[in-house]
Amino acid sequence: MGILKTFALGGVHPEENKLSSHAAIEVLPVPKQVIVPLGQNLGAPSKAIVKKGDKVKVGQLIAEAGGFISANIHSPVSGTVLKIDPAIDSTGYRRPCVFITVEGDEWDENIDKTDTLKAEIALTPEEIVNRIKSAGIVGLGGATFPTSVKLMPPPGKTAEFLIINGVECEPYLTSDHRVMLEKGQEIMVGIQILMKALKVEKAFIGIENNKKDAITYLSELSQSYQGIEVVPLKVQYPQGGEKQLIKAVVNREVPSGKLPIEVGCVVQNVGTALAVYEAVQKNKPLIERVVTVTGKGVKKPSNFLVRIGTPVEQLIEAAEGLPENTGKVISGGPMMGKSLTSLDAPVVKGTSGILIMEKEESGRKTESPCIRCSKCTYVCPMGLEPFLLSKAAKLGKFEMAENEMIMDCIECGSCQYTCPANIPLLDYLRLGKLKVGQAIRNRNKK
Amino acid sequence: MDNIIVIAVLALGGLGLIAAVVLFFIASKFRVFEDPKIDEVEEALPSANCGGCGYPGCRAFAEATVKSAKENKSIEGLNCPVGGNDVMQTVGNILGLAVDATDPMIAVVRCNGSFAHTPAKVKYEGATSCAFAHALYGGEGGCQYGCLGLGDCVAACNFDAIHMNPETGLPEVNDKCTACNACVIACPRDIIELRKRGPKDKRIFVSCVNMEKGAAAKKNCEVACIGCSLCQKACAFDAITITNFLAYIDFNKCTLCRKCVEVCPTNAIHEINFKPRKPKPESAPEKTVVRKSETIEKEAVPAKEQIEKGDTKAPDAATEVKEDIKVTKE
Repeated sequence: MGILKTFALGGVHPEENKLSSHAAIEVLPVPKQVIVPLGQNLGAPSKAIVKKGDKVKVGQLIAEAGGFISANIHSPVSGTVLKIDPAIDSTGYRRPCVFITVEGDEWDENIDKTDTLKAEIALTPEEIVNRIKSAGIVGLGGATFPTSVKLMPPPGKTAEFLIINGVECEPYLTSDHRVMLEKGQEIMVGIQILMKALKVEKAFIGIENNKKDAITYLSELSQSYQGIEVVPLKVQYPQGGEKQLIKAVVNREVPSGKLPIEVGCVVQNVGTALAVYEAVQKNKPLIERVVTVTGKGVKKPSNFLVRIGTPVEQLIEAAEGLPENTGKVISGGPMMGKSLTSLDAPVVKGTSGILIMEKEESGRKTESPCIRCSKCTYVCPMGLEPFLLSKAAKLGKFEMAENEMIMDCIECGSCQYTCPANIPLLDYLRLGKLKVGQAIRNRNKK
Repeated sequence: MDNIIVIAVLALGGLGLIAAVVLFFIASKFRVFEDPKIDEVEEALPSANCGGCGYPGCRAFAEATVKSAKENKSIEGLNCPVGGNDVMQTVGNILGLAVDATDPMIAVVRCNGSFAHTPAKVKYEGATSCAFAHALYGGEGGCQYGCLGLGDCVAACNFDAIHMNPETGLPEVNDKCTACNACVIACPRDIIELRKRGPKDKRIFVSCVNMEKGAAAKKNCEVACIGCSLCQKACAFDAITITNFLAYIDFNKCTLCRKCVEVCPTNAIHEINFKPRKPKPESAPEKTVVRKSETIEKEAVPAKEQIEKGDTKAPDAATEVKEDIKVTKE
């Protein structure tokens, strides 16, 4: 295979711990009640269009997009709307949610529930984008940016390449890996649909070299599809970051503060490609997703196909319960995930995994003074100086932080992972980004 | 030899003279007139440079007052909260204007969710910054409106006036507070409010900012305002308004009658610096008695401020607690 491609700057290589990579995707039974949050995507929260007592079917629209950067939400189950009330989300804040009591499993008539592959793309690019928009598809890699917005490049910009993100650089998570192995054909058609919508001739699938079976399988499949190429990549975190992936695959650098379309690229996750296939060919909106439940103490690390709105607790039960010495339950991976404050929190569109960490490995270590080893600068994939930025944010020197390009930080956590003094660098970087972001928004308002 | 010295003296002297003449003309041409009163006013100000007046530092405030006096013949709306009425009177004398006295203000922490009242459900490990924690999660006790206890207000204070109480996990304001507004801005949850100091420092306020429905608020915190509107009904002066299940006492209308404090079922309304009440006669309704005894148990650790002033709702219990704490301190 020769020398494998990767991004140019920094990066770390944490222990991979892909415990559930051999566990086939299991369909989790429909829960008794689902809690569907109204703010599941990046951007404006959606507006509920159902009310208490309404009967809903699987796939029925229950909330409309609340703005341009927003997404529709469909009922993941069939039953009665119990109430629309604030419920605890993964961060511990209570936000508006639709509670649905499940009665049977009656699907909307327009949805094609069969497994047969439908490879012919009948729709025009505009129709594809509209279908994706109405199906409420968002980026399933975790950032939950509405997919339809990405497919509509701003005037004057054209896409040249579609890059499909099958990197899954986060340790532990395997949901994308399993999707690639089990739904390869569907992903290929999904990619063709996305290529047609974007009017591009070339698509790359970037996969890290620790998923050799997926690389072999998708390479074989890509022979029969025109313009799709699988690119094996060296294992390096955070390769799944949009800008890092573009650098690794097509060797282009996205300018600071700009979007990938600036260099003619659009990046989509493999899970998103599958959701696009289902929405366009089978008329099925985004109502379920694959979630990895894993951790060193977990008896049965698994990958589940879960309806949106299922409480996290049920996923953990299906993986044979919470281990005794659990320290933290994290939504997402160990590097960028956020710990849950309650197991009642529901699965949302952006939940890629539930990671259960043991007490010994989850706690923070004692912080000691910075020894100026510059490891954080060395590993920063964006070429920033995390020690300087975090210090500036800590001391409230947000102007300095802005001048030192704090807004370019992708919050990958490599700096904090590598810091030998255990300084919470990322916490202060996030604080700095928050404050600087506010200042920039205020400035633009004036 | 002498010649060289003479030439050098003359040359340098001449150069100096020319430079002096040039500089004199430049200085008179580009002279900036500055009202000497600005310096005088600045001299009278406390030089805290805290920004509490809304201007970046005392010099800017002095400039603003002099400008306002010149243009509007009054300095209404300009107030140095740190200096208070005395300083503003001096400033008025310098400018030859009469200054109305303003009510002194003080910062008030409107959260009583101590460790005892809101038991921690999760443990926070991260940067010691309320602004960061606020963006990250709801709070250890589960109240998404309550104090996070990481001390952004303490860090913002220039006057050593606000400190965290390690027993309750809440900040406490002392008499050094100058109402400069720094902690109010620093608090990401808008818990701290500037209120009137009140006569003899007596004040009454709702010590809660939770805007959830009663049941949800009470689930996380025993002393949350549940929006039951009993206080609104008890108030004879229309000082209490309830919005989003949260009561708010207007300090301009409040007459400090303490009726609302008595009726509050969750003890969310606090009275500060009042004399202890006389014990109720025995004919008092049973319900109230039960509530008070509950209070005593719950308030094993009342706010320090109250202890110091010997001020809690049940006088006997308060003195007991006070003595206990004194013993432990000794």
